[in-house]
Amino acid sequence: MWKWFSQYAKPEKAYQLCGTLFRWFWLPSLLLILVGTVWGLVFAPQDYQQGDSFRIIYIHVPSALLSMSAYVAMAVAALVGLVWQWRTAYMAMIAIAPVGAVMTFIALFTGAAWGKPMWGTWWIWDARLTSQLILLFLYLGVIALYSAFDDKQQGGKAAGIMALVGVVNIPIIHYSVEWWNTLHQGATITKFDKPSIAPEMLWPLLINLLGFALFVAAVSIKRMRNEIVRREIHRPWIKSLFLENEK
Amino acid sequence: MSSSFSIINGVMRRDLILAFRQKAELAQPLMFVLMVVTLFPLGVGPSPELLQRIGPGIIWIAAILSGLMGMERMFRDDYHDGSTEQMLVSGMPMVLVSAAKIFCHWLVSFVPLIILTPLLAVFLNLTWDMTVALMITLLIGTPVLSMLGAIGVALTVGLRKGGLILSLLLIPVFIPLLIFATSAIESASMRLPYLPQLAIMGAILLLTAALAPVAVSYALKVSQH
Repeated sequence: MWKWFSQYAKPEKAYQLCGTLFRWFWLPSLLLILVGTVWGLVFAPQDYQQGDSFRIIYIHVPSALLSMSAYVAMAVAALVGLVWQWRTAYMAMIAIAPVGAVMTFIALFTGAAWGKPMWGTWWIWDARLTSQLILLFLYLGVIALYSAFDDKQQGGKAAGIMALVGVVNIPIIHYSVEWWNTLHQGATITKFDKPSIAPEMLWPLLINLLGFALFVAAVSIKRMRNEIVRREIHRPWIKSLFLENEK
Repeated sequence: MSSSFSIINGVMRRDLILAFRQKAELAQPLMFVLMVVTLFPLGVGPSPELLQRIGPGIIWIAAILSGLMGMERMFRDDYHDGSTEQMLVSGMPMVLVSAAKIFCHWLVSFVPLIILTPLLAVFLNLTWDMTVALMITLLIGTPVLSMLGAIGVALTVGLRKGGLILSLLLIPVFIPLLIFATSAIESASMRLPYLPQLAIMGAILLLTAALAPVAVSYALKVSQH
């Protein structure tokens, strides 16, 4: 197991793995997002209280969940990089960061668009919203720190430490709706035993959730492949790869 | 045991001497706080009720901003004249060295600020309860600012343009502290107990005290390339 896992410390192996995984993730993710979104936006029943405006949940919840999951994935990559000194782990970390930042932004934006008709305001300094905004700042900080270094290996280490420091924010975001009495509603789907959403509304949401997860994975993997090529451009294996492609 | 004590003692003595030989640099953050606090009554209007409401937040934000300005001093000079490298190769436990340096930084940059706080409180028309709460939150919170700041400084010390990026990294991680501190003072202003908020701040302080020196010493090694 460990030997199988640790072979991906080599950029060459990781590059091949990324190529394989991308093919598995990319098309299914697009298909799932298409199905889930159309189902959710057109065919799912109206909410008895919120009418049609609840439908933004099909974008809002997956992006919000994925913004946190992407951060955890990034932090795990950073930890792997710091503990076992894998170069590829830093590449994975920095490949995930912008994707996660975009997810955070989508979550904030759709949340604002949802808040306007429901709460009557675009933005409120409520615990969930504030901590999500901090998450965006943390992503941007990691990206900014990485890009400030000329030596990318060193930049990866520094950004990795910063990413790990920011991990404390994740439980705060997750539990903010329970710890504080907020305007933002509590969890809808993570209570699997007694979900507070009707099944015909839940299915498209779950499909979109999986679709978004695969989408984030696919884009991160594509970015990681690019990162590997960019960093290893002078290695013989990349050169032979290019020569093969040209034939 | 005695050797680790002598390391802490030596580092602290050195840092304190260095700090007090650059008195101007010590005084500047304090003057900055004073001026920021002066700007607010001019900017939002001198109504005493308004100032009392926003005063604690102003003082906390001024403390954070002035802390950010003086933060770089913690490792910058040592990095550029090679002292950090010498400390790393000397075989001394870097965790102790970093902890001592952070504590020194807190002593010279935040303790004077806490002493200045009653004066600022008078400027902003804070009640006695609020002033006491403000000083307690600063006492618990500013060491956290120093420790988290030290991580940021250690990460960016090798960069040519580290100044602004340091603020971008640090402000998000300071936010939780600011939230609990101002919430404690708000409770104090209504004469409610504010021990829960202080307890959370204390927990944050203990957690960072346990982890920050380790992170700082690793970050210094990374920066030393």
